[in-house]
Amino acid sequence: MTGPVLRVTRRTFIGTTAAALAAPAVFGQTKPRVVVIGGGPGGATCARYLAKDSGGALDVTLVEPNARYTTCFFSNLYLGGFRDFDSLVHGYDGLAAAGVTIAATTAEGVDRDTRRVTLGSGDVLEYDRLVISPGIDFRDGSVPGWSLANAEVMPHAWKAGPQTKLLKSMVESMRQGGTFCMVAPPNPYRCPPGPYERVSMIAHLLTQTNPTARILILDPKDKYSKQALFEEGWQTHYPGMIEWLGPDMGGGAVEVRPATMEVVIDGEAEKVDVCNVIPAQIAGRIAEIAGLCDETGWVPVDPLSMASRVDAGVFVVGDASAQGDMPKSAFSANSQAKVAAMKIRGELTGSRVFPAKYTNTCWSLIAPKDGVKVGASYEPTPEKIASVESFISQPGEPAELRRATYEESLGWYQGITADIFG
Amino acid sequence: MIRAALVLGMMLTGAATAGPIGDADRGAALFQRQCSACHQIGPEAINRVGPRLTGLFGRRAGSVEGFDYSKSMARMGSDGLVWTMQTLDAYIENPKVLVSATRMRFRGLQDEQARSDLIAFLREWSDRPRDIPEAEPTARRSTPQLSPEVLAIRGDPEFGAYLSSECSTCHQRDGSDQGIPSITHWPPEDFVLAMHAYRQKLRPHPVMQMMAGRLTEEEIAALAAYYAGID
Repeated sequence: MTGPVLRVTRRTFIGTTAAALAAPAVFGQTKPRVVVIGGGPGGATCARYLAKDSGGALDVTLVEPNARYTTCFFSNLYLGGFRDFDSLVHGYDGLAAAGVTIAATTAEGVDRDTRRVTLGSGDVLEYDRLVISPGIDFRDGSVPGWSLANAEVMPHAWKAGPQTKLLKSMVESMRQGGTFCMVAPPNPYRCPPGPYERVSMIAHLLTQTNPTARILILDPKDKYSKQALFEEGWQTHYPGMIEWLGPDMGGGAVEVRPATMEVVIDGEAEKVDVCNVIPAQIAGRIAEIAGLCDETGWVPVDPLSMASRVDAGVFVVGDASAQGDMPKSAFSANSQAKVAAMKIRGELTGSRVFPAKYTNTCWSLIAPKDGVKVGASYEPTPEKIASVESFISQPGEPAELRRATYEESLGWYQGITADIFG
Repeated sequence: MIRAALVLGMMLTGAATAGPIGDADRGAALFQRQCSACHQIGPEAINRVGPRLTGLFGRRAGSVEGFDYSKSMARMGSDGLVWTMQTLDAYIENPKVLVSATRMRFRGLQDEQARSDLIAFLREWSDRPRDIPEAEPTARRSTPQLSPEVLAIRGDPEFGAYLSSECSTCHQRDGSDQGIPSITHWPPEDFVLAMHAYRQKLRPHPVMQMMAGRLTEEEIAALAAYYAGID
């Protein structure tokens, strides 16, 4: 199923002359090569569109160590009991069928001068264009007392997979009347409404199995997306269960103690039963290794193309990119990936290049059949991708509309996963 | 046809990007000169003679807690006036046109560019769409003016195929219909009519109003041509 990965072995790498390194695409080679690092919504979309739309004119390799991808989007619905875990899991057969070569290993290094990617397998891939879509990593020390080593005790569950299952099992086995605590992340982070949809889903679960339980949100932000809608929904569906402490109430200066299952709010320790720590975020590590990040930890990109501001041969899409106004979401990543794929095809095959267009919509589920959404359309300016129009569900909407919004989100999941994975 | 193609080519390269609201640096200087005697803006801003202007965009008029507004401004707020690029532009141009008995002693700023610069500066101190996607826009949408020749262009299915990648995140290419309707194999005229109905906000769905609202006539024709002939 997976084609040959190996372009240049270590041995031939050593034997290659400097002249050949400087101009790898010129001579003795049939097709321009695109390497895509990361098989999430950004990378998989980009790889599939490159292969599919170039009709075999490009040699496209996806570097992704996992055989299957678990979508972070809709993983909250698994926590709430609305979806099977398996329904979140997608393989790469559709990409292979479109002609993408899958390199099932990690990317360890990027040499942008010689245009080579070093893989975990030790092999080296040469590229004419590189796409990096590594998603997020966590910023060390952003929540005092917590590190990745504590994720088995206080899960982040902000990359879907075993962490998601762990968090669900902890909520399910929580003692009656116990406290679920979420340490919410500072801006910017993956999926702006995500933490609050997660609280809604956990409240739904607890209402059925543990109705005297309490949910505590500790938040460094004084405001968040869809806030009025979530607050209205919590009041309606889960009255008295959820307490939100913003920065004014000590929610911003929090320390955690995984050994004793305590959170320290404004100097006062409180015992909790389950603690979901969602730390501050930065671009996935390979972006930093490739030397593309600025001091904020994200990758500045050209809004017209998603190419890195420091290297026009490297495109960065999805959460890792700092592009301006688009939220970090799968929808955004998918949208950005299509722009990047079109620009790359234009550069390498001479196909037509159209103006960049970007869009995003985020649906959230508050309770059964009570769905809400927020969305915007975006256009590039020279400085950034700018929001030019937005919309949001309104408080007090009829139940029928909320149900239709939820059903729409199910259709969207089918649509976007087919678009990403084929 | 050649002429139409040339016009199309110009449109595609020329009208591609949105424009900034204005020059925020010039707006900052303007704010300092004309507004700062009464208003503060920034993270630590407080109400003074006028209300704090931090978080102004998307805020209902007359709604800053602890500020004593004129009756006129309070009424505009309860009538639903929300501060946006457009409403602020009207208010700053001539405050009394929008809010008859406002207490703001400001005779208005006639110069359109100066207003845009000031609004660009004010916008920097409100919610960021990256963090709060529903926040007010931060740029002006580009709206290409289409000549009759461009309007007469037959839909270009190749362009439509490209544009359709935005549709296919929700509407499946195989025509299946789960929560989101099928849009394949429609007669092109029906497709064009439906899209214009969303564009003019005659059809109510907000996602489709937004999607159609940003498409040009030529793009709509291209999509219609592509989806009519999809395999």
